[in-house]
Amino acid sequence: MKQILIALVEDKPGVLNRIASLFRRRNFNIESIVAGHSEVPGATRLTIVTDEEERLRRNVIRQNLLKLINVIDVVDVTDQPCIIREHALIKIKSDGATRGEVGALVEMYRGRIVDVGTRSLVVEVTGEPRKLDSIIEVLSTYGIIEIMRAGKVAITRGAENPTDNGDLHLWKNSRGKASAAKATNKGGVL
Amino acid sequence: MGNNQRTLTGAEILWECLVREGVEVVFGYPGGATLPIYDAMSGHSDKVRHVLVRHEQGAAHMADGYARVSGKVGVAMATSGPGATNLVTGIATAMMDSSPIVCLTGQVATTALGGDAFQETDITGATLPLTKHSYLVMQVEELAYSIREAFYIARTGRPGPVLIDIPKDVQTASTEFVYPDDPIDLPGYNPPERATDQQVNNALELINGAEKPVILAGQGVLMSGAMSELNQLVEKATIPVATTLLGLGSIPASHPCNLGMMGMHGTAMANHAIQEADLLIACGMRFDDRVTGKLQTYSPNSRKIHIDIDASELNKNVRVDLAINADLATVLRQILPGVKKRKRSEWTSQIQEWREDADQRDVLRTDSPVLMGAQVIRTIREGTSDDAVIVTDVGQHQMLEAQYYTHEQPLTLITSGGLGTMGFSLPAAIGASFAVQEREIWVIVGDGGFQMNMQELGTAMQEGANVNIAIINNGYLGMVRQWQQLFYEARYTETPISSPDYVKIAEAYGMPGYRVERQEDIRPSMECARNHPGPALIDFIVEKHDMVYPMVPAGAGLHEMIRRPHPSQVDAVKVE
Repeated sequence: MKQILIALVEDKPGVLNRIASLFRRRNFNIESIVAGHSEVPGATRLTIVTDEEERLRRNVIRQNLLKLINVIDVVDVTDQPCIIREHALIKIKSDGATRGEVGALVEMYRGRIVDVGTRSLVVEVTGEPRKLDSIIEVLSTYGIIEIMRAGKVAITRGAENPTDNGDLHLWKNSRGKASAAKATNKGGVL
Repeated sequence: MGNNQRTLTGAEILWECLVREGVEVVFGYPGGATLPIYDAMSGHSDKVRHVLVRHEQGAAHMADGYARVSGKVGVAMATSGPGATNLVTGIATAMMDSSPIVCLTGQVATTALGGDAFQETDITGATLPLTKHSYLVMQVEELAYSIREAFYIARTGRPGPVLIDIPKDVQTASTEFVYPDDPIDLPGYNPPERATDQQVNNALELINGAEKPVILAGQGVLMSGAMSELNQLVEKATIPVATTLLGLGSIPASHPCNLGMMGMHGTAMANHAIQEADLLIACGMRFDDRVTGKLQTYSPNSRKIHIDIDASELNKNVRVDLAINADLATVLRQILPGVKKRKRSEWTSQIQEWREDADQRDVLRTDSPVLMGAQVIRTIREGTSDDAVIVTDVGQHQMLEAQYYTHEQPLTLITSGGLGTMGFSLPAAIGASFAVQEREIWVIVGDGGFQMNMQELGTAMQEGANVNIAIINNGYLGMVRQWQQLFYEARYTETPISSPDYVKIAEAYGMPGYRVERQEDIRPSMECARNHPGPALIDFIVEKHDMVYPMVPAGAGLHEMIRRPHPSQVDAVKVE
C-alpha cells in the first residue's frame, strides 16, 4: 500500500526544492507530488505519495518533512478514509472509423474527448488511479501516442481539516503585518 | 512603527541586527560581493569585533568553536562564489554536530542572479541539505526579519547552521529600519518541550523495573543543560552512564557510574554493558553507526527509551520501545520524582570486573622508550585544570584524547564528531578563544589534520589568540593507516605523510615552537607554551605504529571488539 501524505507548507520560493531534496537525501522515494494553493492565504497544500510500506519508516518520513522550517503540518492519511483522485490527458490514434467507438468507451469512464484531429484525439479523464489504469489499457488497443497523468490528490472524508490544528488562524492574523514588511514573493505556487 | 524609525541601507541593517542579536565577534573574509557590508562595519566596530581569517573554511569552524563552547550563536561571513563554497565543509560540520552558527554570504546583485555572473554560486542551493534553514534575501525589507529568524532557528530546538545569502544590491538598497519586535512568525517551527504524562509513566515503569540499565548520554545532555538532572537520575537509581564522543563531560569522568565513551573506540566496559543491558535510556544522542556497530546485534536484550528534541531521530536507526520527543532536561525533571532509589549491586559489580580488565590492558602501563600519543594526552590532562578547553581534530589522536583526557566538566571538549572534519581543530580553537578568554585552550591535532588548515596560524598570530597547539606527530595519517594494518594487510597506500619543521613554522608566525621526543620533556614544554601569552606550538614526535584500542571493526557487533593485547600476551604480539 502506498503512503499518502497531505502537507501544508508556506508558499515561499524553494520550498518544493527543499522537500524534493529531503526525499533524495534521505533515500525516500516520491511516487508523485502535487502542489496547489490552499484555503489558507500564503500556504500551499501538497499531496505526496511514497512507496514506503513500513509503518515506523513512514513516520520517519513524516517527521523529516515536519523538520523543514517552511512545512507547517504534515498528516499521514494512508489509513484514513480519503477521496483520492488523479487526472489524465490521453492522446490516442483515432480517425473517423474509430471515433464513435472511442466516444462510447470514454463515456463509460465518464471521460471526455477534448480535442479531435484527423488522425488523433485527446481524452480527458478523472478518477481513482485504478480507473485511469483501466481506461488506458482499453484505449491502448487503438494506439496511444502520449499520456499526461497528474499525480494523485487526496482529501479526507468528514468535516475535519487535518493540516489545520486550530492555531493557524493566529498565523493568518499575523500574516498581514509580517507579509507587508516581508514583501514575500507574489509569484505562483512555490 | 516606533519613533526610532530610520532609513538605513541593507548593509547597515545587517550590523544593527547583529548588534541586537548580541553578536560580539564575526569571523570573516571580505570580497567583492560583501564590500558594502564591510564598508558599513566601521560604524559598529566598537560593538562587534571582526576577525580576519585566512580561508573561509576557517571562518565557519571558528564560528562553530565559538558556538560550542559558549552556547551562543557563532557568526561567519564570506563573499559570494568561492568565498561561500569555502564555507561548505564548516557548515556541514556544524550541521552534523548540531552547532548553532549563522553564515552570512554576499551574492551577486538580484539583477544578475541566475546569469552565471562573476563569482556567482547558488549557495543556498548548494547548502540546502547541509543547513537547518537558509535565506536568499531578495528585498531589503526582508533582511531584518530574515536575520532575526535565522538566529532564532539556529539556537532553538535542535540547533544547527543557518545561511543568509544577501545580494549586493540588497546591501546597498535603503529602507525604513525598525527592529522587528512582533513574535517570530514561523507556523511550521515549534520545538517540543515536555513529555506527556503517559510517556513519563511508561518511562518510570521501564526504569524502575530494570535490573541492568545503561544511560547513553549524548551531546543533547550538554545542549539541554541537563547535567544536574542526569546526575540526579544516575545517583538516585545507580545507573551506569556511557557517553558518545560529543557527550563526554556530561558526567564527570571520575564519577563511579561513568563507563566512558561507547562505540567503535569506546571502552570495553561501556560496550559490554550496552550489549548486556536490559534497558537503554538514550538521552540526546542519535545512535550513529560509530556508536552502535552492527545494528542487528546491537544491545539485543534491552528495552529502549529514546529522548530527543528532534523527532526525526526517533526510530531512525534503532527501534525503540518508548520514544519521547521533548527537551531532555524537562523530561528528566518530569521523571525524577518517580524514580525509585536502587543500588543494583549485581550489575555494578559486573561492571567493576570489566573495568579492572580494561585497566590491565592500558597503554600507559607499557614502559615505551618512545613517546606514545596517550602519554602526551594524559600528561596534558595532569597539567591542566578541569575547566581547560580541549579542541581535537580527527583521527587516532582524537580517539586517544577521548579515552585518556578525562573530562570532569561539561563543554570542555570541542571536536568534529559526526562529520569527522580533519583541519577542524585549529580554527575551532581560535573561535573558542573569543568566547572563553580566561580559560586555557589546547588544540590536540595530528600532523595530517594540522596541515589541512595550518594557514589559520596567521589568524591566531594576528589576533593573539591564546591557544596552545599540541601536534601528535606520527608521520602517518594514523587512523587510515590503522585500518590498512588491520583490514588491508598492512598495505600503507598514501598514508605516510611528511611534515615541515613545525618549530620553524611557529617561529615564522612569531610564536614559540618546541619539539618533544622524550617523555620527560612533555611537561616542561607544556609549561613554556601555557606561560606564553598568545599562541604556542609543540610538535610531539610519537610512536609511528601505535594503534587505538579497543576497536569495533566497521560492520561488527559492539561485543566484537579488537582489544589491546593483555600484558601477558604482549611479547607474543609484537607488531612489526
